[in-house]
Amino acid sequence: MEFEGRDVIDIRDFSREEVEFILDVSQKFEPIAAGQRRSNLLQGYVLCNLFFEPSTRTRLSFSSAMMRLGGSVTGFATGATSSIAKGETLSDTVRVVENYCDVMVLRSNKEGAARLAADLSSKPVINAGDGSRQHPTQTLLDLYTIRKEFGRIDGLSIALVGDLKYGRTVHSLSYGLTKYDVDLCLVSPPELRMPEEVIEDLEKEGLNVKETSDLSQVVRESDVLYVTRIQKERFPDPTEYERMKGAYSVDAKLLQDAKKGLIVMHPLPRVDEISPDVDSLPNARYFQQVFSGLVVRMALLSLVLGRWGD
Amino acid sequence: MAEAGTELRVKKIRDGTVIDHIKAGYGPAVLRILGVTKDFDKVLTMAMNVPSSRTGRKDIVKVEGRELARSELNKISLITPDATVNIIRDYEVRKKVRVSLPKRIQGIVRCINPNCVTNAGEPVEPTFDVVSRDPIRLRCTYCGKFLEEKEIMDQF
Repeated sequence: MEFEGRDVIDIRDFSREEVEFILDVSQKFEPIAAGQRRSNLLQGYVLCNLFFEPSTRTRLSFSSAMMRLGGSVTGFATGATSSIAKGETLSDTVRVVENYCDVMVLRSNKEGAARLAADLSSKPVINAGDGSRQHPTQTLLDLYTIRKEFGRIDGLSIALVGDLKYGRTVHSLSYGLTKYDVDLCLVSPPELRMPEEVIEDLEKEGLNVKETSDLSQVVRESDVLYVTRIQKERFPDPTEYERMKGAYSVDAKLLQDAKKGLIVMHPLPRVDEISPDVDSLPNARYFQQVFSGLVVRMALLSLVLGRWGD
Repeated sequence: MAEAGTELRVKKIRDGTVIDHIKAGYGPAVLRILGVTKDFDKVLTMAMNVPSSRTGRKDIVKVEGRELARSELNKISLITPDATVNIIRDYEVRKKVRVSLPKRIQGIVRCINPNCVTNAGEPVEPTFDVVSRDPIRLRCTYCGKFLEEKEIMDQF
């Protein structure tokens, strides 16, 4: 398995063995992520964050991962403070920024932006989300969280709930799950169904996919309930958003009938799709996902920079 | 080239290009690819629904005094992958080319996803993997969106 210099654009670019290896490496970083051990593994290396879309977790988590390993971080958190605001293309920005860093983390609302950046950059590019399309590091941290909880991913019943049309985390995760033997249940309002092309891909990969709108039944049958926010910013029509918001809400009452051991996950930020009364239940895992994000990103940075094993 | 009886409908040309075995009904789309408008100044003949022993019916386009460029052949291959192109010089077929659809095409059509990075003013050529040949189906290598035949035809 070769990771040095590799781009992380789409979870489909990685085999199951490679995904499992990344998750194994991630686990080794837990003490460092928790601040119990210090590391200088990436000392002298520079990460550049290019975030053209707002982000709290992904950007801070990449920064924290880099700094916890002794590396440095530069970049910008919004396109408004970069030359993009002056009309510079992403292509030019990437060609410039690659001179300043050893690895680039890119988030853009344009689908395929990370692939384009990777084509242009001689330094590894990590996709931190491109429009409604892919978010591979979120997928890896989701898989890490699930595997840590159950000790396996095969054989589980996983439900994705909410905005399956625009949500890149669910598109990306469902592609990631094709590497495993799972039952996938898609729960959404009809208007926010998983895009046809994604379902087609999943079925072609042999994934057992079921679509439903009955959340209470799903809660009784699933091991993982992966809830997503209805994303206001992706709706072309604000009235459509107003109709859809609050379509599904997970609360303590709903979870009373949950399958034993069910965990509730969410890529965050949440708005009102998970009630705060779930936070204290043993099912809630969304804040643990944040920690998973840190270790997975430490692993990825070490691997693509060729420093793992040193 | 032309099958028995076809000559009566579409007469031989001296120099130019004959596009034969166009999928029946797709002749007008081929004209759009060739940029045939009211300002087109070459002699051009189109026959539609000509009997064909191979496919039952076919369309034929003949353009006098012009040999098609590779880029035009590539576009034609998108909508009618079994067409044959004959270059005619002094009434003789000098070159017979079967249009061929590559596995990956670049720059011929644009992605229909307005949010695709190839539609964002970046200096990048739209690139597609050919998922299916007939009917044609493409997939954008950047955003992953499928382009169906109608969406491709609408661009010509």
